[in-house]
Amino acid sequence: MQLKLEPRGFQSKFWSYASPVLAIALTIVTMGVIFLVLGKDPAVSLYTFLIEPLVAENGATELLVKASPLILMGVGISLAYRANVWDIGAEGEFTIGALFGGGVGLAFPDLPFAVLFPAMLIAGVIGGMFWALIVALLRTRFNANEILTSLMLTYIAQLILIYMVTGPWRDPQGFGFPQTAMFSANATNPTIIEGTRLHLGIFFALAAAAAGWLLLTRSLLGFQLRVQGFAPRAARFAGFKENKLVWTALALTGGLAGLAGTLEVTGPIGQLTPQISPGYGYTAIIVAFLGRLHPIGVVFAALLLGLSYLGGEAAQIELALPSAVTGIFQGVLLFYLLGCDTLILYRLRIRSSRPAAVRA
Amino acid sequence: MMNRRNFNKLLGAGLVAAAAPKIVTPALADDVLKVGFVYFGPVGDFGWTYQHDVGRQDIVKKFGDKVKTTYVENVPESADAERVIANLAAKGHKLIFTTSFGYMDPTIKAAKRFPKTYFEHCAGYKLASNVSVYEARFYEGRYVQGVIAGMMSKTGVAGYIASIPIPEVIMGMNAFLLGMRSVNPTAKLKFIMVNTWYDPGKEGDAAKALIDQGCDIVTQHTDSTAPLQVYAQRGIKGFGEATDMLKFAPTAQLTASVNNWGPYYVKRVQDVIDGTWKSANTWGGLASGMLEMAPYHNMPDNVVAAAKATEEGIKSGKIVIFKGPLKDQKGIAKSTEGVVLDDGSISSMDWLVEGVVGDLPK
Repeated sequence: MQLKLEPRGFQSKFWSYASPVLAIALTIVTMGVIFLVLGKDPAVSLYTFLIEPLVAENGATELLVKASPLILMGVGISLAYRANVWDIGAEGEFTIGALFGGGVGLAFPDLPFAVLFPAMLIAGVIGGMFWALIVALLRTRFNANEILTSLMLTYIAQLILIYMVTGPWRDPQGFGFPQTAMFSANATNPTIIEGTRLHLGIFFALAAAAAGWLLLTRSLLGFQLRVQGFAPRAARFAGFKENKLVWTALALTGGLAGLAGTLEVTGPIGQLTPQISPGYGYTAIIVAFLGRLHPIGVVFAALLLGLSYLGGEAAQIELALPSAVTGIFQGVLLFYLLGCDTLILYRLRIRSSRPAAVRA
Repeated sequence: MMNRRNFNKLLGAGLVAAAAPKIVTPALADDVLKVGFVYFGPVGDFGWTYQHDVGRQDIVKKFGDKVKTTYVENVPESADAERVIANLAAKGHKLIFTTSFGYMDPTIKAAKRFPKTYFEHCAGYKLASNVSVYEARFYEGRYVQGVIAGMMSKTGVAGYIASIPIPEVIMGMNAFLLGMRSVNPTAKLKFIMVNTWYDPGKEGDAAKALIDQGCDIVTQHTDSTAPLQVYAQRGIKGFGEATDMLKFAPTAQLTASVNNWGPYYVKRVQDVIDGTWKSANTWGGLASGMLEMAPYHNMPDNVVAAAKATEEGIKSGKIVIFKGPLKDQKGIAKSTEGVVLDDGSISSMDWLVEGVVGDLPK
C-alpha cells in the first residue's frame, strides 16, 4: 500500500474551510496524548485548558481583553501581507502608538473625557502610522527590505519607551521606578462591564475586522492589494501604483497597531511601563496566518490563541503543568494547520503497491 | 427534612454539576491554606525566579499537607499580570506572593477586588491594608563584593552589567564602588545598562565589552550565567547573582549574593494561619538572612578574611554603607561627614557616586 499526494490542479473550496477544523481536531487529540504522557487525565486536562478559562469568573471577558489587541493588529497585518508587504514590526508600531496616545493623556490630564480620550486615540493611530511609514519610505525610496527595517525599528521603539519611562516621563512620585504616573480618570479607557476589565478595545477590534473585510472584498483598494500580492506584474500592467499600495498597507497596519497600543495602556495597564506588550506584535503575525489573512478569520484566530494563554495559566494553577504547555499548544496547532493546508492543493491517494511490482 | 438552606445547597450543587460536569478537582479540606506565587521567569535552575521557588519549597517542607502551594511562571509584567493574580485569588488562594517589581500596580488592583485575600509584593513600594511589600537589601552583598574587588583588581577598574536604571540597581552599583573604594580610594567602576533582566546574548556581550575596556573584575545585576562564563573564558573573576553559580564557572566565581526568601515566606504563611497577618514593609538584609553570601572561592586567604569581616560588620551594624561624606559623580555632596542616608533616600536613589564612569538616563 502506498500513500500519495496528487496535485488537484485547483484550490479545494471544501478543504480551505475544513483544514483549520481538522487541524484543531488533531491538535486536541495530540494535546490529549501529551497530557496523558505527563501523567494527567486527558479529559480533565483538556477541559481545564480549553473550557475552564471561559466558565471561570470573568473568564470570557478576560479572553476578549486578551484578544482585542491581537485582532486589531492581526487585521492590519493581514491586509499588508495580502499585498506582499511583510511588515513584522507591529510590536514597535504598538509601542510608539502607546507613547503618542499615552503622551497626550499625560500632557493634558484634566481635559474632559469627551475631548481627551478621542484625541489620545487619534494620537495613537498617528504614532503607529508614523512608525510604519518610516518603513514605507525606506522601502519605496531606497528599496530597503521591509522585513529587516520593520524588525529593527521595533527594537528602537522599545528603547525609546524605556528612555521615556526611566527619564522624562517618569512618575515624580514613583521613587525613581521606571513607569509613568497612572492615567487620570479622563484619560482612561472605560470598562464596558462593571467589575471586569472589558474595555472599548473589543468594539474597535470588531469594527476593524468588519471594515477590513469590506475593504478587502468590496473595494477597489482591496482588489488592488490582492492583485499586488498575487501577481505584481499583472498589477503593474493594470496601472496600479505599487508604491502607493505599500504606503497604504503600512499606514493601515501601523495605524491599527498604534490604536491597539493606546487602548492597551489606557485600559488594562493604566500607565506606561517598560513592558506594555507581552509580544502582541509577534503573536499577531501568527494570528494573521492562522486566520488565513482574512479579517474575519483573524477574529477567530485571536480568540483561539488568546484562549491558549488563558488555558496555559489554568493548567498551571489547577494541574501544576509547566507554562511551556502554552507554547506547545501553539506550536502543535500551527504545525497541523500548515500540514492540513496541503490538502487544499493536493489530494491524498491510497493505492496498492501491486502495479509497481508488475512493472518490475 | 428539606428546609430552605438544604434546598439551596442542593440547588447550588446541581448548578455546579451542570456547569462543570467533567472536572474533578481533589477536594481540599477546609483548613488547607492555598498559597499562590506569580513568577516573572521560568523556574529553571538558577536566578531570581528559581530563588523564589526555593522559598516556596521551604513552605511545603515546613507545613506539609496543611498548605497547598501553586505557582504560575512566565507571567509578563503587562496587562496579563492582573489577570493571573486575580485568577489565583478567585480560585481560593488566601495568600499570594507576586515576585517582580512590575506586578506592583496589578497587585494593588487585584487586592482591591479581593479584600479578603492577603498579597505580598516583592520589590515595590505601594502598600494597602491587604498588601505587604518585601525586599532584600541586595546592596549589602554588593558592598562585600566591592571590598573583594578592591583587593583583587590590578587595574583598579571594575565593570558592572546593569539591568535597568532603577534605584534597586543604582544603589547596588554605588554600594559596590563604595566597598571597592574602602580598600582602594581611587578605584573606578564602568557600567553598561543592558535594559533587560535576562538576555544571555546581551549580557555576554556586555561582559566582553567591559573586559575590553580594562575591567578585570566584573559583576552583573542580570539573571543569566552568560557573564560568568565569559569571565571564565577571558580569565578574569566575577560574581554570581541571586544563586550560587559556582558550578557554571568554577574558576571565575569569587562569591555570589544569594537571595534567601524561605524564612520570610514561612513566617508569613504562619502569620496567616495564626490570624496575625498584617500589612508590613519588610527590607531584610544579611543580618536577617534574607540575603546570604555564597562560600568564597578563587581568592587568597587575606581577601576571604576581609570579606568575612565586612559581612560581619554589616550584620552587626559596625559598617554602615551609605554614610557621609558621599559625593555624586559631579562632586556634589549627597551627605556630609557621618550622616547616614535613611531608607527613604536609599530606596529612591537616582544618582551615582563619585568614581562611577558613565551617565544615567535623565
